[in-house]
Amino acid sequence: MRPSDGALTEPLSAPQPTLAIEATGLAKSFGETKAVDGVDLAVRRGSVYGVLGPNGAGKTTTIRMLATLLRPDAGSARVLGHDVVADADAVRGLVSLTGQSASVDEDLTGRENLILLGRLLGLKRDAVKTRATELLEGFGLVEAANRLVKHYSGGMRRRLDIAASLVVTPQLMFLDEPTSGLDPRSRNQVWDIIRALVAEGTTILLCTQYLDEADQLADGIAVIDHGKVIAEGTPGQLKASVGSGALHVRLLHPDQRPAAERVLSHELGSVQLEPDPAALSVSCADADRAAGALAELSRSGVGIADFSVGQPSLDEVFLALTGRPADEQTAEEAIADNQEQAA
Amino acid sequence: MSTNPTTPTHPTPATDEAALRKALSSTSRPPPASAASAALTFGWRGMLKVKHVPEQLLDVTITPVMFVLMFTYLFGGAIAGSTGEYLDYILPGILVMSVLFTTVYSGVALNTDLTKGVVDRFRTLPIWRPAPLVGALLGDSVRYLVAGTVIIVLGLVLGFRPEAGVGGVLAALALVVVFAFGLSWVFTTMGLLLRSPNAVMNAGFMSIFPLTFLSNVFVDPETLPAGLEAFVDVNPISILATASRGLMEGTADAGDIAVVLATAAVLTAVFAPLTTHLYRTRS
Repeated sequence: MRPSDGALTEPLSAPQPTLAIEATGLAKSFGETKAVDGVDLAVRRGSVYGVLGPNGAGKTTTIRMLATLLRPDAGSARVLGHDVVADADAVRGLVSLTGQSASVDEDLTGRENLILLGRLLGLKRDAVKTRATELLEGFGLVEAANRLVKHYSGGMRRRLDIAASLVVTPQLMFLDEPTSGLDPRSRNQVWDIIRALVAEGTTILLCTQYLDEADQLADGIAVIDHGKVIAEGTPGQLKASVGSGALHVRLLHPDQRPAAERVLSHELGSVQLEPDPAALSVSCADADRAAGALAELSRSGVGIADFSVGQPSLDEVFLALTGRPADEQTAEEAIADNQEQAA
Repeated sequence: MSTNPTTPTHPTPATDEAALRKALSSTSRPPPASAASAALTFGWRGMLKVKHVPEQLLDVTITPVMFVLMFTYLFGGAIAGSTGEYLDYILPGILVMSVLFTTVYSGVALNTDLTKGVVDRFRTLPIWRPAPLVGALLGDSVRYLVAGTVIIVLGLVLGFRPEAGVGGVLAALALVVVFAFGLSWVFTTMGLLLRSPNAVMNAGFMSIFPLTFLSNVFVDPETLPAGLEAFVDVNPISILATASRGLMEGTADAGDIAVVLATAAVLTAVFAPLTTHLYRTRS
């Protein structure tokens, strides 16, 4: 530990037991690009903490520093009470990482992957076999157990990847974009697993660029952009900070959207057209007025496929915080992202 | 969104709920594997890959066969007067060459491994740091043994009759494998410094090829120009070839063997920590 840390953690014998991750001013550059530029994080034990941001925002670099894979250029971080640089081995003994590119060995079978990790983590020969079978059963991989991982589907690979992180129960799990590239069904399966994990008390740091994923799973969220935390709070707080909620409507027929837009703007005010050609939304915090507007829509013959009234989505939060949608990537970020991927 | 009624939360249960619970229930964390056990486990990983893709043994079996046949029948008569006599001279040399060429693949394999996400997982495990590398090289040593055995068996078929019998042959094979283990650390370092598996392959062969040909593997250095002869005499590969011949013929010089073992030790002492450091810090 660096001498300057002494002041921050005065009673050395009593590290703060409630925090699983404590990071101050973490920074990392790749050449000219500041991938992470002074990130502070405080993650409670037993919670799911979402780190949310577009590609190249610095999420993966942050997670790699916390998981002891990258040495920070500046700042410090303690994971479960241990410094990630000075005490990296202690951290490694308590965490596990499910990386962005699947962290399993493609040239081995699913079962062999689990046995390999079990042995490395010190399980005895018999115990490791039992544990591998248990995990394969729990994650729906029994039939694929003896197939090479390179022949797995994306969803199976992800499930194996998470199972591999759980061969020995970690106190903290890093999940880097666990559902990117998965179809909705596989994504739901992974979400179910994450929820079950949380129910067992595992702390999870979840990096994601899917706003609904953070909304669904996380207790706390840090929104990160250009290597900096630009907002932090519960999903509810973040949404509240952006202002009123909205009525989202999806129509049965996209060609009725102009008609629906006229009705809604008359009833509630300025209407936003969504990328989905059948969807539109309008700012509205009052459920009664929303109900009135919906009734007006059906009176005027517009077919409604579904609707929801809610707080603003995290997409809107991101737009409000950064002034641009989350999925827009600047050229500079694309470069940072590539370097992050290569790293 | 959570409020969107079109998104069912449980379209198909991922898995058997009870089995999932069981799989997730806390397991106590044993002390991590010891250094030796972690390295052996990584060696096992290397063996599994051979099991799944046995074709990868082709390069360590076919190439040596080609070398033996080519050198014996193409050059044997011209160099030593008869193919039979040349076989006695060249077989231990080809053994050395084939096994050393195989060491380049250790660097290539490591470089390939690095492009895969699984290395991140290995690096976050609380294990002896060099274990993935030592283990991989232990696995590779089995490949070296295979390459060496193919040469020796082929030699026996073609009429090679070593004076020192089985014991001498095994001793020579062991010496070559030990030296190869040391040398392969040079290529694993290369594997971590260079960008692509192809670059490692090229740089590896560009260094091992001249080193092998500028040795006494193929010809007696006495016919060489003085400067070249001086180089050939101190080339560790020459000393290894001489020691292997000695062991097979029962005339081994303890000094040669000591030089070979010391070279292997020095290569390991310098390049193993370097490889380990690069493996841990490469980002």
